[in-house]
Amino acid sequence: MADLAPARPAPSLPVSESDTLPTRRVKAKARTRPALRGSLLVRISLIALALAFLALVVLLPLAAVFAQALEKGVGAYLRAIRQPETMAAIRLTLLTALLVVPLNTVFGVAAAWLIAKYRFWGRNLLITLIDLPFSVSPVIAGLIFVLLFGSQGLCGQWLSDHDIKIVFATPGIVLATAFVTFPFVAREVLPALQAAGNAEEEAALVLGASGWRLFFRVTLPKIRWALIYGIILCNARAMGEFGAVSVVSGHIRGVTNTVPLQVEILYNEYDFVGAFAVASLLTLVALATLVVKKVAERFQNARNVEGWR
Amino acid sequence: MAGATNIAARPGWRPGPLPGFRPTLGFTLLYLSLVVLLPLAALILKSAGLSWGEFWTTVTSNRALAAYKLSFGGALLAGGINAVAGLLLSWVLVRYRFPGRDLVDAIIDLPLALPTAVAGIALTAIYAPTGTVGGFLEKHGVQVAFTWAGVVLAMVFVGLPFAVRTVQPVLMELGPELEEAAAVLGASRLRTFLRVILPVLIPPLLTGFALAFARAVGEYGSIVFISGNMPNHTEIVPLLIVTKLEQFQYQQATALAVVMLTGSLVTLLAVNLLHAWNRRWAGHG
Amino acid sequence: MNVRVQDLTKAFSTKAAPAVFQANFEAPSGGITTLLGPSGSGKTTILRIIAGLETADAGRVLVADEDITPVPVQKRGFGLVFQSFALFGHMTVRENVAFGLRTQRAPKDQIEARVGELLKLVQLEGHGDRYPGQLSGGQRQRVGFARALAPRPRLLLLDEPFGALDTRVRLELREWLRLLHEATHLTTILVTHDQEEALDLSDRIVVMDGGRIQQVGSPDEIYQSPSTPFVASFIGSANVLRGRVSAGYAQVASLSLDVPANTPDGTPVRAIVRPHDIRIERAGIEDSVLDRRTAAGRISRMVNLGAHVKLDLALTTGDAVTVHVARREYDSLGLVAGESVLVDLESARVFVEDYVI
Repeated sequence: MADLAPARPAPSLPVSESDTLPTRRVKAKARTRPALRGSLLVRISLIALALAFLALVVLLPLAAVFAQALEKGVGAYLRAIRQPETMAAIRLTLLTALLVVPLNTVFGVAAAWLIAKYRFWGRNLLITLIDLPFSVSPVIAGLIFVLLFGSQGLCGQWLSDHDIKIVFATPGIVLATAFVTFPFVAREVLPALQAAGNAEEEAALVLGASGWRLFFRVTLPKIRWALIYGIILCNARAMGEFGAVSVVSGHIRGVTNTVPLQVEILYNEYDFVGAFAVASLLTLVALATLVVKKVAERFQNARNVEGWR
Repeated sequence: MAGATNIAARPGWRPGPLPGFRPTLGFTLLYLSLVVLLPLAALILKSAGLSWGEFWTTVTSNRALAAYKLSFGGALLAGGINAVAGLLLSWVLVRYRFPGRDLVDAIIDLPLALPTAVAGIALTAIYAPTGTVGGFLEKHGVQVAFTWAGVVLAMVFVGLPFAVRTVQPVLMELGPELEEAAAVLGASRLRTFLRVILPVLIPPLLTGFALAFARAVGEYGSIVFISGNMPNHTEIVPLLIVTKLEQFQYQQATALAVVMLTGSLVTLLAVNLLHAWNRRWAGHG
Repeated sequence: MNVRVQDLTKAFSTKAAPAVFQANFEAPSGGITTLLGPSGSGKTTILRIIAGLETADAGRVLVADEDITPVPVQKRGFGLVFQSFALFGHMTVRENVAFGLRTQRAPKDQIEARVGELLKLVQLEGHGDRYPGQLSGGQRQRVGFARALAPRPRLLLLDEPFGALDTRVRLELREWLRLLHEATHLTTILVTHDQEEALDLSDRIVVMDGGRIQQVGSPDEIYQSPSTPFVASFIGSANVLRGRVSAGYAQVASLSLDVPANTPDGTPVRAIVRPHDIRIERAGIEDSVLDRRTAAGRISRMVNLGAHVKLDLALTTGDAVTVHVARREYDSLGLVAGESVLVDLESARVFVEDYVI
């Protein structure tokens, strides 16, 4: 028999012509594959099991929020929300989000761009640092700002000399929230950037585009949906952050209470309708976030054949 | 932005053809320093101010030990539950079609988007003796809220998206061909699952487990409502830290925070190693 | 172990045309039967139905005269080699090859012996403990063959096995397959769109297009006597000239070619002639005759393709014709671009539109 071992490993030429022909390799979803389906019983049991788990852990609590909030009727619901302390909390939360989200967006995009488009020493370190807030407890996130800016903190003396309040005031809340939520935009944008590749940017570069033009006209449209989802998610977390803000805010009613903290206060006072009513606001924000994600996915899928998930 | 600039680590080195490297790097580093590095440095510095004896007493007190057991042990258990649930949910979402599948897929991300405090009170509402499921369970002598079980439940809630979203893409990429090959070679569905599909899913499962674990260890908001917060019984480490802070015992709080942070960093390292292993594994096939 | 496919029909959706429509053919025992056709012609679907990975809407498959339609894929005992290799990436080469034997629950020492045998057969002896990711494309497909052959299948099914490989590796493996087949005489059904591969390897070719079988026959039959214009132009290269029947002859370009008696005037026809079947000579040479099967034209382009020279001609009627002239003949003729020539299209096959001669 002829000796067939290639003299050297197969050269990395573009694969044969047959690869450019449209193949009929269709992923499992679109075709029925009777040979691979488990029995109907197995399928139904697995689906039932999965749904039961989901119901117990996620769906029931979700329903509970609205059930409890509306327990005493829509009137009580609306009154609870219109309480002055609650309104103040809503204002503070909105302010925080308004400051934190744009900053983290710019940072997130910059960091994702750095990681995706360049090779440099410290790149892996940067990736690890970005993931850091995810593995740090929110309580510790709050603690470190207290240690830095609190009255007994490193900068405490300097700050009180200049009569600047960070901890137990709005700036502290903003900083702590920024810390906790800054990975979100970067983590959503990075895979999108990586999947989109460099080809279009390089083409634009050869055609003479400057950096900003390149970014706004070529890159941004490609990652548009991932960016939108990242922003929405960052927003939801920023509004809903509890642990870090709890440590940093000092719980001063009407002044340094965000919506989640207000929920806690109402709950501890056994004002359940009030607590759940306020909670329902953020729940609606969360649900809206999920809707945006689905929409974003659909549009991004229409763009790429494989999708960016 | 000027044309491609280079920060020379060695002569002739360029970070890439695209412009804007220096400004982007500068901005990123600045932001990172202000928001992340400086505060963390404060933690390190402050903890350096502790005497060793004091540090040791704090972190090994009975109360602290009970808290570690609950936080880390509970997170391990929750991570395990999440890994199994993640596998189940990913499988059902990728392989089967059923009405409402899209909805289910979207709902899985709810723990990510929902504020932890809201999750906390909602879980308590359902699982307290006065709640729908809690009441039913109590009749059968099982208590969830205000016990370690409640803590684990809340940890499962917050870790769920991580466990599912690591396995799901791998399963989607898998495609039917491997299973078809196994079927033609005579393998039953069970054998195919155990020997052909599952091994490929082990790396992402482990990653999902690690991420869920890391999340659960540090979790605060969703746990403190359902746990009842009894010291030595249902007190998690983050709560202990907060209690110390409220009593202005900064040193002790810092000591405990250092322990937690060390644990987090170790977990982070493990996750990164897992990712590297994952990539090497994927390179085999 | 012969295989017979009877009236096989399969549609994937009610809206599109069926993928396979009333396919009938027989794959002789011990031979290589090739399903040949362009993408989407239904050849892979038929193979997958034979394997048991798809079920037909109508018709049946008989192996050794036994209807295997109700038999589940796991029990059919066939071997299948995939275009994309489909190797189990987390298992070593050895474990991949052993997989089919493990499912048969063969004893361990038997498995080891058989795996060794096969690794030797595919010339991968030293590579047993490596992982697919560490192998080249050609090596991976050889593992694919070894894995399919290990459990001693009674039928070997090959789904474009060389499609994902570089040209040189493809040719090497094609030769290897031919030798393997000569040694084992295992009934084989091969799916490919590469007509050279089909002509080289097959004992029988089934040409398909659009879900329907166009022709079944030996490579020679398919090549020399294509029964439809599609087959004629799919196998080998072909010139297609169109015209109509007039005064009892097919009038194509300036030629009058034979058609079956009683073909009505005005019926559209196509004349198909292979580039190397055309005889070419200089115009204006003394006893050259311009008869009803000879056309006049000019050489518009000449390309030297090594073994033969390709001449693009423009006939006086405006039709374009390509002629392949063997090197030797070309040298003796001494043609140049722009020259006027005469071409003899005697060997043209005339197809009356919509049915076959």
